[in-house]
Amino acid sequence: MVSSSKRRAYLLQMVIGLVLVAVLAALILGAKRSLDAQNITSGYGFLWRSTGWNIGFSLIPYSINDPYWKVIAVGILNTLYLGGMGLIFATVLGLIVGACRTSTNAVLRAFGTCYVETIRNIPLILQAFFWYAVFTNLPSPRQAINLGDMLILSARGIFTPALNIAEPYGLLAGMVFLGTLIAALVLALLPRRDLKSRLLYPKLGRAIWFVGGLGLILVILLGKVPGEPLLLTAELKGLNFTGGLRLSPEFAALLTAMSLYGGAFLGEIIRAGFLSVSKGQVEAAEALGLSGWQVFTKVRMPLAFRAVLPTLTNQYVWLLKATTLGIAVGYADFFLVISTAINQSGQTIELITILMIGFLIINNLLAAFMNLINKRIALRGTQLRS
Amino acid sequence: MANSATARALPPISPLKTRLRKSFFPTPLSGAISLAGMAFAAWALWHLFQWAAWNAVFIGTAEDCRAASGACWAVIADRWRLMFFGLYPHEEHWRSALGCLILILVIILSCLPVFWRPLRLAVLWVCSLAVFILLMRGGVFGLSYVGEERWGGLTLSIFIFCATALIGMPLSIALALLRRSSLPLVSVVTGMVIDSVRSLPLVTILFAVAVVLPILAPGSSGTKIMRVIAGMALFFAAYQSEILRSGIQSLPVGQDEAAKSLGLGYWHRMTRIILPQAFRRALPPTVSQFAISFKEVSLVIIIGVFDFLASGNAAYGSGEWAFTYVEVYVFMAFVNFIFIFSLSRYGAYLERRMRVGK
Repeated sequence: MVSSSKRRAYLLQMVIGLVLVAVLAALILGAKRSLDAQNITSGYGFLWRSTGWNIGFSLIPYSINDPYWKVIAVGILNTLYLGGMGLIFATVLGLIVGACRTSTNAVLRAFGTCYVETIRNIPLILQAFFWYAVFTNLPSPRQAINLGDMLILSARGIFTPALNIAEPYGLLAGMVFLGTLIAALVLALLPRRDLKSRLLYPKLGRAIWFVGGLGLILVILLGKVPGEPLLLTAELKGLNFTGGLRLSPEFAALLTAMSLYGGAFLGEIIRAGFLSVSKGQVEAAEALGLSGWQVFTKVRMPLAFRAVLPTLTNQYVWLLKATTLGIAVGYADFFLVISTAINQSGQTIELITILMIGFLIINNLLAAFMNLINKRIALRGTQLRS
Repeated sequence: MANSATARALPPISPLKTRLRKSFFPTPLSGAISLAGMAFAAWALWHLFQWAAWNAVFIGTAEDCRAASGACWAVIADRWRLMFFGLYPHEEHWRSALGCLILILVIILSCLPVFWRPLRLAVLWVCSLAVFILLMRGGVFGLSYVGEERWGGLTLSIFIFCATALIGMPLSIALALLRRSSLPLVSVVTGMVIDSVRSLPLVTILFAVAVVLPILAPGSSGTKIMRVIAGMALFFAAYQSEILRSGIQSLPVGQDEAAKSLGLGYWHRMTRIILPQAFRRALPPTVSQFAISFKEVSLVIIIGVFDFLASGNAAYGSGEWAFTYVEVYVFMAFVNFIFIFSLSRYGAYLERRMRVGK
């Protein structure tokens, strides 16, 4: 016999479920009617139509005759490029800031505090606008600020030297580099259950780095254009620079803003990590005769890293989402590409779905990856966190 | 007894000289870093002072600024009305200024513990926002009518923030309670809504409500500002409800069980026992969520709302002041900094106060 409260719960849920279905159906029907009124055929067929419009920046070759799926892929690549670079720079900056904030030196602490409190309390988009205004108001190429040919700042963009190797070899070099990195990461994350694998894996890791490095050098040497220098610096030709690697003002502005802003937040997280390492651990390490540097790299750093990894994951996901600010300054990231595509094709629902699913996949992949690291490095038997 | 115990626990206070040496010159290397750092700070501060004050032009024309080597604060003196009030009619600016002050006053009053009663907060916020809208919109009491599309500047930014808080807060309580519902259908659906909102960037949600909604449901979705506020409130509520939920979950189960055994119904248990305690525990993260929310208001520029940031862009963007972008952004950053820094300091103060209370 089902009790009356249980029956009531079932009834209530059925009513709520029916209402939800009805509301959803009404929304979908209404949307369909208004789309029909605007003569838009729904479906994903448009992904294979050519776009007919160009975008500002692309890592892979792209022309206006290319189909929609390709422009979306370009946008995703651009987002990953900006996000990846931003995460790397922000992490480096965060480590420096975190070390400063926990330093015994009062001056360094004061610098860290000033930096964090200033940057954290100003909206990121304002900072992005500021850097965009700064980078687009740099002097013209003829009066560019030249820092020893390594970094040339001009209104046309920021130029750094680039490897001067023939086209297919450049792509190959990038693939070898990424492949080595992924292989090393996969190996580092593989479970090491028995003694054999614990002895074998570090050797395998060294072998991967060695083979990868050797391959990279080989590819670069093969691709070297005879009679020209290996490292090509940007040179002024006419009204603009040629050669070298160009960062557009949009990309540079977003990268600067994201790195500075992310650095302040990551610095605070890393500081909290350092503070969470108990004094006894450090004193024990000192008592064993480890030097200050050894205590830092072998005891404080690993313990702090373990303590903050979950928070760090959230901040990384947040920073990756912040790449959507590209639309504010005109960097062709995933979101800008999608919104342009909506304007041009009118396939609103399909494109919004792609956007949402894309972000869900990217963010969840990053979070899953970080959680995998978290699981692998957790100290066995001492932590409650699984 | 207690006194001697604390005296023993605290280390003896060393003389000032020793303390200074310990924090600035513990080792030769650290001492060198201290000296270099102080020299750099002095150099940077000196240049900053020269740029921002000594050589700066505070009142004057663009030509005066070009002649001077320092900052051009004259652009602020010339364009502050645009930055604060946007495109609001010039002779009615006092209404926008008054409205802005009312909202700031409400924010400050809400920080006082006297107002931490649901009824008082609700009355304060609803009344003052109603007064604000009446004042800004006009059309009654002899005030001329000014449509929402002409609101702008700092006043609009603060209004969006306040309206987001006013709508988002009750919504977050509802979402937190729904997610904890004993009916699986309700809690699962609410959880899905909260998690999908949280996994998307705010920009995409704003884009969806501002651009996509009118395409899907033309003519039935209010003005743009109303849609923006609805989107921001949903986003705020998704995050705030998780903060509240963790506040609720941190309470001992005994509280709910004791209330049940006294025969209190669901609403009484929630409003009298659970939520007040949960709010108390969740207060510091709530304040920092407000600070985050204030920063996020700046994002509305992306969908073409004429907020503080957009009017600042317009202030230097046209012709004669085009070279003063640094000054305008520094000024806007400063105004934002005042609000957000105060909120975060207030949050830190609350956290300390509550730790002392335990």
